Amino acid sequence: MKLLTCPMNGPRNIDEFQSFGPVRAKLDPNSTADAEWSRHLFRAENRKGIVVEWWRHVPSNYFFLAERDLVSNEIIRTFDASELRERA
Amino acid sequence: MNRLPAPFGNRIDRSRRIRFTFEGKPFEGYEGDSIASALAASGQWVLSRSFKYHRPRGILSMTGADANVLVQLPSEPNAGAERTPVSEGLRVSAQNVNGSLERDRDAIMDRFGRFLPVGFYYRTFMGPRRDSWLKFWEPIIRRKAGLGVVDTKAPHRHFDKTHLHCDVLVVGAGPAGLNAAIAAAEAGADVVLCDENPEIGGSLSYGRYDPAILSNLSSRLKALPNLRVLTGTVCNGWYEDNWLPLIQGNRLHRTRAREVILATGAIEQPAVFRNNDLPGIMLGVATQRLVRHYGVRPGRSAVVLAANEDGYRTALDLLDAGVAVVELVDPRSVGDAGPLEAELRGKGVAIRKGATIEAAAGTSGNRHLARVRVGGSWIACDLLAVSIGQAPAWQLPCQAGGKVGYDAAAEMMTITLPEGSVHLGGAVAGTDELPDAIGSGQRAAAAALSRLGHAMAVEPPITPKSVGPRYVQPILADPKGRDFVDFDEDLQVKDLQNATKDGYREIELVKRFTTVGMGPSQGRHSALATARVVAEATGRSVAEIGITTARPPVGPETLGVLAGHHEALERRTALHAKHVALNAAMKPIGAWWRPYYYGDASGAEEAVREETLAVREGVGLLDVSTLGKLEIRGPDAGEFLDRLYTMAHANQPIGRVRYCLMLNEMGSVVDDGVAYRMAQDQFYVTATTGAVARVYADMLFRNAEWRLKVDVLNLTGAFSGLNVTGPKARLVLEALESDIDFSRDAFPYLSGREGTVAGVPVRVMRIGFTGELSYELHCPSSQAPHLWDAVMAAGRPHGLRPYGLEASRILRLEKGHILIGQDTDAITTPDELGFGWAVSKKKPFFVGKRSIEMRARLGQTRRLVGLQFPAGARNIPGESCLVLRGGAPVGQITSVGYSPSLGRHIALAYVHVDDQAEGSRVTVKCRDGELVEVPVVAHAFFDPTNARQEI
Repeated sequence: MKLLTCPMNGPRNIDEFQSFGPVRAKLDPNSTADAEWSRHLFRAENRKGIVVEWWRHVPSNYFFLAERDLVSNEIIRTFDASELRERA
Repeated sequence: MNRLPAPFGNRIDRSRRIRFTFEGKPFEGYEGDSIASALAASGQWVLSRSFKYHRPRGILSMTGADANVLVQLPSEPNAGAERTPVSEGLRVSAQNVNGSLERDRDAIMDRFGRFLPVGFYYRTFMGPRRDSWLKFWEPIIRRKAGLGVVDTKAPHRHFDKTHLHCDVLVVGAGPAGLNAAIAAAEAGADVVLCDENPEIGGSLSYGRYDPAILSNLSSRLKALPNLRVLTGTVCNGWYEDNWLPLIQGNRLHRTRAREVILATGAIEQPAVFRNNDLPGIMLGVATQRLVRHYGVRPGRSAVVLAANEDGYRTALDLLDAGVAVVELVDPRSVGDAGPLEAELRGKGVAIRKGATIEAAAGTSGNRHLARVRVGGSWIACDLLAVSIGQAPAWQLPCQAGGKVGYDAAAEMMTITLPEGSVHLGGAVAGTDELPDAIGSGQRAAAAALSRLGHAMAVEPPITPKSVGPRYVQPILADPKGRDFVDFDEDLQVKDLQNATKDGYREIELVKRFTTVGMGPSQGRHSALATARVVAEATGRSVAEIGITTARPPVGPETLGVLAGHHEALERRTALHAKHVALNAAMKPIGAWWRPYYYGDASGAEEAVREETLAVREGVGLLDVSTLGKLEIRGPDAGEFLDRLYTMAHANQPIGRVRYCLMLNEMGSVVDDGVAYRMAQDQFYVTATTGAVARVYADMLFRNAEWRLKVDVLNLTGAFSGLNVTGPKARLVLEALESDIDFSRDAFPYLSGREGTVAGVPVRVMRIGFTGELSYELHCPSSQAPHLWDAVMAAGRPHGLRPYGLEASRILRLEKGHILIGQDTDAITTPDELGFGWAVSKKKPFFVGKRSIEMRARLGQTRRLVGLQFPAGARNIPGESCLVLRGGAPVGQITSVGYSPSLGRHIALAYVHVDDQAEGSRVTVKCRDGELVEVPVVAHAFFDPTNARQEI
C-alpha cells in the first residue's frame, strides 16, 4: 500500500486518505459560455505529467495538496493549502 | 520402500508415523513429510493427470510451484502435494481424473492431440449459437478441466492479520538472504527474514554443501535479537512503498519495510524433448530435496542430464543415496574437466559430453520413465535428473519495478531494478556459486544500510564472477510432438510455433492465444523456453521477446487470508435504551438503529396509525439525533453559508432559523437542512442523516479552498435531538422548568432559542417537518436521556406519544416535504422540486448557481408533484413505478404511503412539466403492469395553507 505524507500527520497508509481531485483552473461563472462550463464540469484532463491534487486525511479531516507524477505515481511533495493561495 | 537412513531426511521425524489415504489406498509417512514425499517413499509417483491429454504426471521440482501435483483434500481443492504436510487420517485424492488416476478414461485424449490444436478454445467454442458457450461448451469444459471441488460445508477457520514494521525485510533465507539479514542485523538494523520453506537455509538445506556453513549461519542468526525469522511464510506480493503481504499459514503479516532485499533465488528449468513429462523425469533440485529433506530415494537407476556444476553435484548426491547413475550426459562439448567431473569418474560414472537427451519413453500407459535416448541409442533408467539451467525468480522483483532482460554474452536472463529501496541478492541477481551468492547478499545489505544511514562494519568485497556463458538448450520441435514446454496447459513446441505462424508474434498475444504460463505454475517452468521458441520463430532475440508481466499474488492464496471482519458497523443514539424499554421495533437505517414504531409487530399498522394521529391531534415525540449537526463559527460564517447554500444567510438575523438547500457544481440538489443563527459569528446547521459525513468533508474542503475565517465542527454524535410536535407541543414545553418563553409571540415559527429545559442546556428550533407546531430540542448527548424522561413525564397529561420513523415519513408525505435521496436523484434541480423560493436571486455566487441557470435555459422537463389516489383505490403503484405520457416514461413515483388523516393513499412523483397544474391527470404504470390515472395535487395534501405549524 502506498504511503502519503500528510503535512500535519506525517507518512500514513494511503487508505487513510480521500482524493478530492486535481486543482483546477477557476472559471469566472459570469463570463464563461455554456459549452465551456459543461466541459469544465464533466471533462477531466488526464495528461501525462505532474498534477497538484487535493487530498483529505480522513481521521483528522485535514485538507492539503500533493504534487503527483501521473506516469510513475510518485508523490513528489505535499503541502498545506495556504501555500497555494500565496502562489496564486 | 524408497526411504534412506538418517542423516538423509532432515525434515522428517521417523519416530512419528502418519497414516493417510491417496485415491482410497492406505499410505504411511512420517511427521514432516509432504504428501508428495510420503507417496514417493511408497513408490507412488503418479499424482495427477495432465490438463489436456490426461497423461500421468508427478513431481517436477519439489519447490512448491509444480502444476501437476495439485490434489484434492476433503475441504480444500488444488492443494500442492509437495508443500502440503501429511496429517493423520488425511484423505487425499487426485484431480483431473475421469475414472481413476490409474485408469483414466480420458487418457485416450493423448491419441487425438491433433484434433486439439493450439487456440482450440477460441476456434471451436464460438458457436453454433450465441449462447452456446454458456449453455453447452462451458459445462463440458468445466467437467473436463478437472479442477478441484470446493467443499461448501467446510468448517469455518480462523484467520488473523497483524502489522509488521521493519528497517529491512529479506525475502528468501538461502545463502544470500541469510548473509544479507545477518549483515543488516549486525549493523543494528531491525530485520525480518522470511522464507516459504519450513526451515532456513534454502539450497544449503538440500544441496551438496558442507553442513557447517548452515549451522554457523544459524548460530549467528540466533545471537541477533533484532533479527526476526519467519519460516513457512510466503511473501506474496510487492506493493508500492514496500508494502508486502507475508502469509504465514492462517496469518497475514501486513508488512511495511523501509528497505527490501529480494533473495528469492532461481528456478531450475526443465529440458524440452519428446515425453519430457513422464513421471520419473524431474529437475536436479527435486532429487536433492527428496534425498536430503525427506530421505526418499528418487529412483534406482538414473541418468543425469547436466549442463552445469549443480548437475554434477546432483549426480554425486544420487550416488550417495544409493542410486545407480548409469550415465551423466553433458551437452556442453567444451570446457575443462573440473574437480566434480574427476570425482564422478573416480566413482565409475560414465560421462558423455556433447550429447543430450533426445527423447524418453515410458512404461505401459506412460506411467513411469523406462528409458531415454542419447545419441540414437536407448538407455534403460527409472530416473532422469535434469540440471541444464535456471531462470531468476522474477515475480517479486518485477512487481517492484524490475525489468527483465537477456544477457546475450552470458546467455542468461537478467533482472535490473531501478536505484531505490529494493535490492537483489544471490541467484535472483545472477550469481551461480556459493561465494558469489554470499557476497551478493552482503552487498545488498550494505546498499540497504547505507540508505538507512547505518555504517557497515566491513565492506563486502566485490567478487568478480568467473563463470563463462551458460549452456542454452536448442529447442527444436520433435516430429512426433509431446515435447512439452508448459506442463500446466499441455503445450508443446509446435503449439507455440503455430501460434506465431497464426500471427501472434508478441509474447502477451502468444500467452493469450495458447494459454502458456496461465496455469498454476504461472510460467515458472515455461516462460524462458517460450521466449526462446518465439524468438527463434520470429527471428528476434530473447531480450526483445521478454516475458509477460508479473503481477501479485506470487502464488495462490486462501480467500480467508484476504477476508475482513464480518461485524457490521452500527450506531446507536443516546436514547437507544429508552426506545428499547418502550418496546420499539428497532431497524437499521444505514449504520444507525432507529425506532420504526413502538409496539409489537402484530400491531404494527395500528401503531403507526395511532402515532400519526397523535401528532396531528395531540403531541408526539421523535428522536431526531441521527440528523447531521454542524456548527459554523467565525467572522465569515454567514459568507461561508452563502456560498455553500442557495438561500441568503449573511443577512439572516440572529435568533432566526432558515431552510438551507445545498447543490453540487452541476446544480443538482444534494442536501437540505436548517441553519439557526445563534450569534453574528455562529450558526448551528443540520444536514440529512445520510449526507452529513460528506457535507462535513465538503465544507472543510471548501474552507481549505476559500480560506475564509470560519471553523466547522461536526456535532452529530455529540448532540442529540428531540422533536416535540403536535398541537399540544407548547403545553408540554411550558409544563417543563425552563428559562425559555415558548409562547407564540416570544418564540415564533422559524426562530431559535438557547436556554435550559429541565436543567439541560438546549438549543431549540421551531421548524416543521410534520407540519404541526414543533419544537426541536438539541442538547449534549450525555444529557439526552434525562431530557427525554422529563419531556415524557411532562407530556403524559397531554397524551404525548413517542413516534417512530414510519409515522414520521407519513407525516412529512402528508405535507409534501421531500426527503433528499428519496425524492431527489442525481440530476434533480431546485426548479424541478418547485423550490424557486429557496434560491436566492441576489447572491452573486453559490455552488451550483451557474449550472442551474444554464439548465433552466436548456428547458425543464419534469416536476415533482403530489398525487392523490381516490379513497378505496384498488391498485396503488409502488415507489419507482413509471409515470407515462403518451406511452413514454416521463418520471416516476418517489414516495408513496397511506395517509390516516386523509383516509387515502398519497404519493410524490415526477411528472411531465406540462402536467404540474392542480387537477392534471397523469398515467402511472403499476407493478402488475396496469395503468392507473391519478390527479395531480399542487399543494400540501394536509393543511394546504400551512397554518398549523405557525400557531
